[in-house]
Amino acid sequence: MPDPMRGFPPLRHFWARLRQTGRLMCGIPDYDTYVEHCRTHHPDRPVMSYEEFFRERQDSRYGGGKGRISRCC
Amino acid sequence: MTRRIPNYVWMGVAVLGALGFAMVALAHGETVNAVWLVVAAVCTYLIAYRFYGLYIAWTVAGVDPTRPTPAVRYNDGLDYVPTNRYVLFGHHFAAIAGAGPLVGPVLAAQMGYLPGMLWILLGVVAAGAVQDMMVLFLSTRRDGRSLGDIIRQEMGPVAGAIALVGVLLIMIIILAVLALVVVKALAGSPWGTFTVFATMPIALAMGVYTRFLRPGRIGEMSVIGFVLLMAALVFGRTVHTDPALAVLFTFKASQLALILIGYGFVASVLPVWLLLAPRDYLSTFLKIGAIVCLAVGIVVVMPDMKMPAVTRFIDGSGPVFAGGLFPFLFITIACGAVSGFHALISSGTTPKMIENEAQIPLIGYGGMLMESFVAIMALVSAGVIEPGVYFAMNSPAAVIGHDAAHAAQVISSWGFAVTPEMLIQVAKDVGENTILSRAGGAPTLAVGMAQIFANVVGGQAMMGFWYHFAILFEALFILTAVDAGTRACRFMVQDMIGAAVPAFRKTQSWGNNLVGSGIAVGLWGYILYTGVIDPFGGINTLWPLFGIANQMLAGIALILCTVVLFKMKRQRYAWVTIVPTVWLLICTTAAGLDKLVSPVPAIGFIAKARTFGAALDAGQLLGPARTLDQMRQVVVNAWVDAALSAIFVALVLAMLGYGLAAIRKALASDKPTVHEIGGPAEVSHA
Repeated sequence: MPDPMRGFPPLRHFWARLRQTGRLMCGIPDYDTYVEHCRTHHPDRPVMSYEEFFRERQDSRYGGGKGRISRCC
Repeated sequence: MTRRIPNYVWMGVAVLGALGFAMVALAHGETVNAVWLVVAAVCTYLIAYRFYGLYIAWTVAGVDPTRPTPAVRYNDGLDYVPTNRYVLFGHHFAAIAGAGPLVGPVLAAQMGYLPGMLWILLGVVAAGAVQDMMVLFLSTRRDGRSLGDIIRQEMGPVAGAIALVGVLLIMIIILAVLALVVVKALAGSPWGTFTVFATMPIALAMGVYTRFLRPGRIGEMSVIGFVLLMAALVFGRTVHTDPALAVLFTFKASQLALILIGYGFVASVLPVWLLLAPRDYLSTFLKIGAIVCLAVGIVVVMPDMKMPAVTRFIDGSGPVFAGGLFPFLFITIACGAVSGFHALISSGTTPKMIENEAQIPLIGYGGMLMESFVAIMALVSAGVIEPGVYFAMNSPAAVIGHDAAHAAQVISSWGFAVTPEMLIQVAKDVGENTILSRAGGAPTLAVGMAQIFANVVGGQAMMGFWYHFAILFEALFILTAVDAGTRACRFMVQDMIGAAVPAFRKTQSWGNNLVGSGIAVGLWGYILYTGVIDPFGGINTLWPLFGIANQMLAGIALILCTVVLFKMKRQRYAWVTIVPTVWLLICTTAAGLDKLVSPVPAIGFIAKARTFGAALDAGQLLGPARTLDQMRQVVVNAWVDAALSAIFVALVLAMLGYGLAAIRKALASDKPTVHEIGGPAEVSHA
């Protein structure tokens, strides 16, 4: 998505947080954080592309298993 | 806490809150502005958070900011990610806030807004938010394990198994009751039915979009989906006014129930990316958006509360749900005051993302306060409607009849003046054929929201649009909950049966998928269908069962929290969880037993089964049943509901027994016996 807040640092930060919140509400954590984590901790392992990351998270959210009740009444 | 808020600010908040309560409670004979309810509620939340929430976190539980959380220890960028606290707050709130806090307060408004408001505020401060935060704390200290796992570990395998049965039962009842709310909202409403049906092709298109065209672009997808939804909503008016189209989308409740059951099965079997996930995204954003709009709307419009503070129905003779203030008000409003289901969310994904234990109160206690605020707004929405209209919408047809003239006469005789013309005019304004007996909370809330929104944008001409917008937003996230819940239910069923037949555990197998989904849908579908064809109206019977189940789960979670406090050797603070536990146990068992053995057939299931059974044997018809088949239905339903009530009471009492035994054992030991994972010492060599 384009960044409509380009050029307004405080607003831009807020917008980034808002996007992160919106995505996490749907079970998709921050991709940049994931890439950063992989680079620093597992430089030897391949890093998923955003598309792969998205699919992996989507399957995981609804995939069942323990503690996977993702919403309330 | 780096920035301390000075004491005089807190004094100000306290004075303002007291003023709010004074305005609400002391305005006899005059209408109260809804803003005062909001002021009283928000001040209560601020003070409760600052002086009780933080006390529980830091003193009772003893959160330790230096102790690494699971997110830090297992950081994998996927499940375990240290997350900014405000981002995580949003995630947690989106997960806990559903239809529950919107429906319960609307039904409870039959007793007036004051009892409901007081219980929502007291309940959340002393019970609901305490439970959410304590479970979040327990799970954070145990690698983010689930409630069932923690109970098994701290209280033994039998207690764990009991909790799992409880969770499965409550899931089934929640799904049935939520589906019933949608059925009641859409029955005989072509506009609503069309827009809700339209969400399915829209979701399928969005699913393909995020899978193949622009993978993972949730934002774009949601904007496009939203535009299409609004187009469907606008076109819905044409469907409503054009007889040829209207007939295609006009269904009876029983037909809608069957459609929903079939839909639930298909949705549970289909791949998640195709239908469930895209609808989840849409409904999540629509839900948050609608809640924010409602909050802004109430503050901007500043509507007066037309419902009296207390109505004569606190004596238990009300038409919306049977039973007196105690215990049934406390059962009717579960979500928003205390919701056991949150214990599952607080031990789900949230504890795996907490950056630091110091953030537990904001997310656990604060998140629940926020949901409670949603419940207050729902209460306001129900209260700004003319009371006569409210009772026309929420009373079963068995009580008020099928035409506006008769309904207006009955309701006016209760002391809530209303004319048939008013009832017809409201139906016309919101684009429905009738508003009589549209129980289930959703349509009432939608009328209230439409009144508030129409005051900001569009006036009377837009009432229909806003009404159906509100119905759409509720239906959309209820259906998403039904999909996701059916799936969760299916996995639980597979897990339980898998204990005996291990091959059944393989979730990838199509055969298991079909059988598991069939069982899950069959269980809630059966209860839904009995609710739909119940001559008493269904909601009347099933909502109290749901409330009992939900609070039973809260009781179980709070018993666990109490046990753990004893095992941590922090029993001098255990009153914090003991007080709400005792209250919930009294409430659930009193309500459960009342539902079971009350001699009044309107309340007691056994009495109802006996009365209708005896009449059936004698070949007589008892109102509201009109055929012998309906009579048989009433008897069967009453026995099923009686069995469920009995099971709930038994589960809670068994848990109490296990809890007391665990506490005795903990007291006998002279050091902490708690099973925590990942203390500061462990991490040095990790």
